[in-house]
Amino acid sequence: MTATDRPAARLAGASRAAVALAVAAVLLSATVLLGLAVGSVHEPPHVVAEVVLRRLGIGGSDVTPLDDRIIWQLRLPRVLGAAATGAGLAVCGAVLQTLTGNDLADPYLLGISNGAAVGAVTVIVLGVGVSGTAVIGALPAAAFVGALLAVLVVLTLAGAHSRTLPASRTVLAGIAVGQLCGAYTSFVVLVLGDRNAARGVMEWTLGSVAGVRWNTAVFLVAVAVLGTVAMLAAARDLDAFAFGETAARSVGVHVERTRWALIAAAALVTACLVANTGVIGFVGLVVPHVVRLVCGPRHALLLPMSALVGASLLVGSDIVARSVLPDQEIPVGVVTAGLGAPFFAWLLWRQAAGRSAGSRP
Amino acid sequence: MITANPAGPAAENVGVRVDGATLLTDVTVGFAHGRVTGLLGPNGAGKTTLLRALAGLRRPQTGRILLDGDDLYGLTARRRARRVAFMEQQADTALPLTARQVIDLGRTPHRGRWPVLPGLATAHEHAVLAEAAAATDVGALLDRTWSSLSGGERQRVQLARALVQEPEVLLLDEPTNHLDLRYQLGFLETVRGLGITTVAALHDLELAAAYCDDVTVLLDGRLVAHGPVAEVLTSATIAHVYGVDATVERHPLHHRPHIRWNGLLSEGFQS
Repeated sequence: MTATDRPAARLAGASRAAVALAVAAVLLSATVLLGLAVGSVHEPPHVVAEVVLRRLGIGGSDVTPLDDRIIWQLRLPRVLGAAATGAGLAVCGAVLQTLTGNDLADPYLLGISNGAAVGAVTVIVLGVGVSGTAVIGALPAAAFVGALLAVLVVLTLAGAHSRTLPASRTVLAGIAVGQLCGAYTSFVVLVLGDRNAARGVMEWTLGSVAGVRWNTAVFLVAVAVLGTVAMLAAARDLDAFAFGETAARSVGVHVERTRWALIAAAALVTACLVANTGVIGFVGLVVPHVVRLVCGPRHALLLPMSALVGASLLVGSDIVARSVLPDQEIPVGVVTAGLGAPFFAWLLWRQAAGRSAGSRP
Repeated sequence: MITANPAGPAAENVGVRVDGATLLTDVTVGFAHGRVTGLLGPNGAGKTTLLRALAGLRRPQTGRILLDGDDLYGLTARRRARRVAFMEQQADTALPLTARQVIDLGRTPHRGRWPVLPGLATAHEHAVLAEAAAATDVGALLDRTWSSLSGGERQRVQLARALVQEPEVLLLDEPTNHLDLRYQLGFLETVRGLGITTVAALHDLELAAAYCDDVTVLLDGRLVAHGPVAEVLTSATIAHVYGVDATVERHPLHHRPHIRWNGLLSEGFQS
């Protein structure tokens, strides 16, 4: 053993982690600034800076009311909402992948998206008689209730007859409840709804941060930050799941309690996000895998990196969603998959190439 | 100077049932401090069940597991994991962890809740890791990934993981399965050299004869015999428990029991 080079190697590991976090933070800052500048009206960087500085009370006197309204009232909450949603989804996805030992796990694993859709569809289709503003206010509330009810049914089914929450039974219960909710949604839309209702439901299902204003943005940021910090507190316990449940238990992790608490936390965070931005796919499934390929599987780094990368991906995707077509926005879920899937495929390709080139000594 | 050694782990009237099947019945046995005990018995005798009960992983329906006077199942999972380390028969992960990171998982019960950057671990942490790596001879493997390690290297890394828990008791479930002969002997020699109270479920009677101080023999979930290997591992015990005719002699070099297989005892096997 070489006693001298090991502290150096450890320090290198620590600084690599710091560099990764710094790069991801810079990436997020850049996409946020870009998100404030780009849109139907192009705002030059110095105008963006003046508006933000004036609002923060640090200067920037030369600001028109229109620029202020576009940048501070419309774009900033939307950008913050996108960042919070992307961060929250990516962190929840990483945690659920670890807890279930399933690479395909994502935040919607527990029937949350379909449950939320039940609530949303009920309001969109059956609430048409009510005035427009009432529908807008009721939609997130109904989606949130639907998501939570679905999760409760899934956890009750999975945990029935025992206090444990076996991973495979949890996944299967999520699928069963999700299918049932899907049947309800299809029935209501196709049988009871009209063409506009179908379009409204589809738009909601694909997800959007276009409607996010300041109060929603603050709420989403709070949810994402609290959720990430809470899960980071379990980083060590999550690491211990690497060799399965028995191994986790034998190094002192209270497996049942940890799994219940973290699954409940992930469900709550996801339900809050879905209720406000709809079902944005891909981020929660793939961002954790991308981060693992680059930074390794340890949660102390995986979780904050997933949050930063997920935030950047969704902010970037939202920029594309509102600037590609001149008079129309495309659903942000389409963009996350359109941007993310090729990148992920490239990473997998590269990793497979590295393996076959003989990394095994 | 005489220091009072802590008593080793003990099972007291332990009974375990799972889904209506009785796996252990009224097992009472104490393991002596600082000795290596082989847990023997045919398939289904209850070796793994007793080991898991001793590890705090399966709470017995009746009886108690004692650790130096403490009821093991009265301890929190964290406290328990600082006193007892368990090594599974075959642990595996698909994650790209390095050997160093795998060993580090053994520090879980000693650490606080919040992550610390890897460069900021304490001197004690480094010393514990270095000591465990030296004892198990994995110093050269620390930066290799788990998937690149051979079966024998993986078992040594898992043993190092168990050692950094700084346990009073080491529990090993068939640690030499799937290993080549040289690795089997090397692994058990390493374990003997640790000086930690160890209970190891073993399939191979000759390995038990060569490396264990004591043996505990189970049959159909009941304790058959427990004591020093030379006293317990007799042809009568082997005939009763395994249904095999064997002659047990003294090994010419180290005077431990040495087993010669003569064949099956037809009646014993039919039951």
